Amino acid sequence: MKATAIKPYQFSKEWLYLTISAIAWIFLYKTILPFWDWFIYGLIGLDATSQVGSSVHFFVYDVSKLFLLLAGIIFVVTVIRSFSSVEKTRAMLGGKHEGIGNLLASGLGVITPFCSCSAVPAFIGFVAAGVPLGVTLSFLIASPMVNEIALIMLFGMFGWKIAALYLISGLTIAVLAGFILGKLKLERFVEPFVFETKLGNKIIDPSKGLEWSERFEMGLEEVKLIIGKVWPYLLIGVALGALIHGWVPESFFLKYAGPDNPFAVPVAVLLGIPLYSNAAGVLPLVEALYAKGLAMGTMLAFMMAVVALSLPEMIILRRVLKPQLIVIYVAVVGTGILAVGFLFNIIL
Amino acid sequence: MIIKVLGSGCKNCNLLEQNVIKALSNLGQTAEIEKLTDYSDILAYGVSSTPALVVDEKLVLSGRVPSPKQLEKFLSAS
Repeated sequence: MKATAIKPYQFSKEWLYLTISAIAWIFLYKTILPFWDWFIYGLIGLDATSQVGSSVHFFVYDVSKLFLLLAGIIFVVTVIRSFSSVEKTRAMLGGKHEGIGNLLASGLGVITPFCSCSAVPAFIGFVAAGVPLGVTLSFLIASPMVNEIALIMLFGMFGWKIAALYLISGLTIAVLAGFILGKLKLERFVEPFVFETKLGNKIIDPSKGLEWSERFEMGLEEVKLIIGKVWPYLLIGVALGALIHGWVPESFFLKYAGPDNPFAVPVAVLLGIPLYSNAAGVLPLVEALYAKGLAMGTMLAFMMAVVALSLPEMIILRRVLKPQLIVIYVAVVGTGILAVGFLFNIIL
Repeated sequence: MIIKVLGSGCKNCNLLEQNVIKALSNLGQTAEIEKLTDYSDILAYGVSSTPALVVDEKLVLSGRVPSPKQLEKFLSAS
């Protein structure tokens, strides 16, 4: 920020590239559906009402739409996030009390760039800076729970209402779970070394001193990194989704996993836990299941369990939290997810 | 020059190390690269987001993986 403010403003290369890319992106996004309609049904001549025709169309359209959405939104999210950092968030949360602190921590958990692999230093840093345990946990719950890839894909597949529902219910769980965990006074279940750790004096804020071109470069790198990681899952997920789309009878899941089945939500949550980080592969599948009658609440609960309750993250957190606290953490967050599932199955 | 890559061995930490090696070879410099994976060592540098980079005992970067080109700035300055 500082560096750009000192220099005289100039419409430099990177802004030109950004504008051109944005226009190209919008053009592509608007034309993929008519293009694939023409290509699959017109040029190749598949029948739009046949199983093969509708499955192939579902596959190519979904894949191109999801890749475009992922690339565009990951770029924008990364550039916005480059202004935020764990260090800044920690400074904002230090001295905040429970309640307001939980609310702030959950919101910041969504926008702070954070990798679950640095959960341990972040946790210790928060506690050492005087952030209450419950507030720290709100941050740690919100960060994976409101997963940007999941949010983007829900938006692309179901529209902004469902995406907003996911965002708001995810934040609510993070605020309430952190608040409850804070009230339970669980400090005795935190490994003692955490409270003895002293932070070094010098703190580097990674969000400072970056040029716009560097922020854009970070955005591009992140797009490459995430798409490089998720594309096989995405293809498999959409392919399975396409098969279901074409071959599974209408309202098949309404019969087995509709809103009236009380076991659907708990089963969805249990299935979600081992599927960590594959939101990109899971969602296209879920989209197809939804079209065949799977209830929306069950779907949201499944999504949340995939991103928020992950075995690898529990193993990482075990370094700083005693098993008792991990069990309580999973129980409280899991209960929240179940509640969201049942609630939306009733009201939607 | 002694370079330390701080991180608990996740993917990003390895990526940072690779980028540091590339940046060094671009600059034609050689340096001793050390990896710190122990949390108490990492926290002693005041780092709360990994991966982080320490050049000659000075923390220069934390919480992101810059490209080799961006890293040259940190490595040639010292």
